[in-house]
Amino acid sequence: MFYQESGQFSTRYRQDGRALRLWQQRAALWALLALAFGLLPFIGNDYWFSAILIPFLVLSLAGLGLNLLTGYAGQLSLGSAAFMAVGAFASYKLQFLLPGLPLLLSFVAGGVVAAAVGVVFGLPSLRIKGFYLLVSTLAAQFFVEWLLTKFAWFSNGNESGVITAPPLLVAGHDFGSPAGRYLLTLSVVLPLFVLAANLVRSSLGRNWMAVRDMDTAAAVIGIPILRTKLLAFAISSFILGVAGSLWAFTYLGTVEPHGFDLSRSFQVLFIIILGGMGSILGNFLGAAFIVLLPIVLSILSGSLLSGVLPAGQLENLQKIIFGVLIILFLIKEPDGLARLWQGWRARARLWPLRF
Amino acid sequence: MSETVAPLLSLSHISLSFKGVKAVTDIGFDVAEGEICALIGPNGAGKSSLLNVINGVYQPQQGEIRFAGRARRAMQPHEAAVAGIARTFQNIALFKGMSVLDNILTGRNLASRSSWLEQAFRVGRAVADEEAQRAVAEEVIAFLRLQAWRHTPVGQLPYGLQKRVELGRALAARPRLLLLDEPMAGMNREEKREMSQFIREVNQVFGTTIVLIEHDIGVVMELSDHVVVLDYGRKIGDGEPAAVRALPEVIAAYLGQQRH
Ligand SMILES: Nc1ncnc2c1ncn2[C@@H]1O[C@H](COP(=O)(O)OP(=O)(O)OP(=O)(O)O)[C@@H](O)[C@H]1O
Ligand SMILES: [Mg+2]
Repeated sequence: MFYQESGQFSTRYRQDGRALRLWQQRAALWALLALAFGLLPFIGNDYWFSAILIPFLVLSLAGLGLNLLTGYAGQLSLGSAAFMAVGAFASYKLQFLLPGLPLLLSFVAGGVVAAAVGVVFGLPSLRIKGFYLLVSTLAAQFFVEWLLTKFAWFSNGNESGVITAPPLLVAGHDFGSPAGRYLLTLSVVLPLFVLAANLVRSSLGRNWMAVRDMDTAAAVIGIPILRTKLLAFAISSFILGVAGSLWAFTYLGTVEPHGFDLSRSFQVLFIIILGGMGSILGNFLGAAFIVLLPIVLSILSGSLLSGVLPAGQLENLQKIIFGVLIILFLIKEPDGLARLWQGWRARARLWPLRF
Repeated sequence: MSETVAPLLSLSHISLSFKGVKAVTDIGFDVAEGEICALIGPNGAGKSSLLNVINGVYQPQQGEIRFAGRARRAMQPHEAAVAGIARTFQNIALFKGMSVLDNILTGRNLASRSSWLEQAFRVGRAVADEEAQRAVAEEVIAFLRLQAWRHTPVGQLPYGLQKRVELGRALAARPRLLLLDEPMAGMNREEKREMSQFIREVNQVFGTTIVLIEHDIGVVMELSDHVVVLDYGRKIGDGEPAAVRALPEVIAAYLGQQRH
């Protein structure tokens, strides 16, 4: 009833091409933005910011990075965490080497370095596909981890490889408080989502999907396969690199290689499988799921299973539930939560009618 | 036909083999600008292979391809697209995860002038560019009467419509030469009639030169200005439809088979 298209016809191609075509969608977006920027920073507590909202935002961004590469351009990768690590360490090193470099600029620079590394590890994609490409990105994962722990230069001679992130100063303002870190993260993540949403609905985005769906036909209509794939690696790695910087700077407060191990790569992959391959919104849904599930489980087990389940078993239970869900999704809803959401929306459009 | 105007496409001495298996042997023929040329022949005669040679999917071991005044030893797919050659495939090769509109828009990729940065920020040439490509895509959609399925994922469309969308993707590029590999295969009579009509209109309205492969002799005789007959990778007939039909080799090798 309230969510209806009635009378909203696109009279220009530009309108029809908008990401959010209906006024209800746009109104909902503005309401969400007002909530995220105007209300949450004042009513949230430190636990919300540090344990839920910041990791949710950063993981959404990491999901977006991988989704552009895998969901849109069809190139499988298990190297997400490696590109995140490159971004984090590059931002840190650049801050250290160039004192006075603005924080946001160092995030961008970290992304650019990650993009360059991404292109190098993307080169094999011109020759190999699918499973073999997955193995080659796995090599990237192990190589980067090894490099960052092996050479102390990257962590400024710190034995443990763990370094404290610099203070979060932007234009003289300190964003070091939990609410500040949340606002800073939000202000970096959202614009990147807007850019990515524009990109996937433009010529480059269509070329990515064409290469994903059938590369011979893509070549025949003149799409430059090499350039298209390498751009996917570059842009995906850029976003992952920025996500890595945020993970280190605004979430953990430390820069360390072990936060970016293979299990992080898998986590990002699960986000896009659960959220939806080839969906922008899906990255938020998948990340929310991944962040909230352990919290919900621990609350549930605290109240329902207290005494039944030994404390140490909770983590195993989480893993089992996760594994089962991933398999269920792959079988039942390969398009992820984003598709479920669309189905629900399609019904809401017709409500209270049934057809 | 006067031969003062150079043909748009000219193949000479093309030979192609796969690990010793000859698919095409020493084939040459000309396609004049603006004509509809039909390639016919029994299964495995080498028709599809020849189309693949023309737009660079296969590189022949011997021969020369002359297109629009430029001679080449072999084509590359990208080079062919830039030169103005578009095609459809025998087995539909659409982008399954994309909508009808997006599939047709991919046909415009070479016409896109904006950089990916402009597209990401929706600044500079990106906005006007996207609208210009959309306008052309809409013309194609209207021409092929695909309006009702604009936003439908192509994987959900019936076979006949998918064939039409694939034609649309090729037309969106505004090609000079259009290669159609069995555009009517698997269609019922009504769909065939419609598709023939589209092909004829493309040829007459846009002046597009067309090379098509088709098994239905009735359709071929009605549609084409020029017929080339292949059998076991060799050319056994080349000329106007009526004349080709009368050739004894053709009757024996191909048309004869249709009768029993
Ligand atoms: N990629 C390939 N690898 C190996 N052999 C091939 C390949 N493509 C075609 N051939 C062979 O070349 C010969 C000609 O095949 P082609 O597909 O060109 O025939 P066609 O005339 O299009 O037949 P149809 O009417 O069945 O489509 C066949 O013997 C086929 O097996
Ligand atoms: Mg064939």
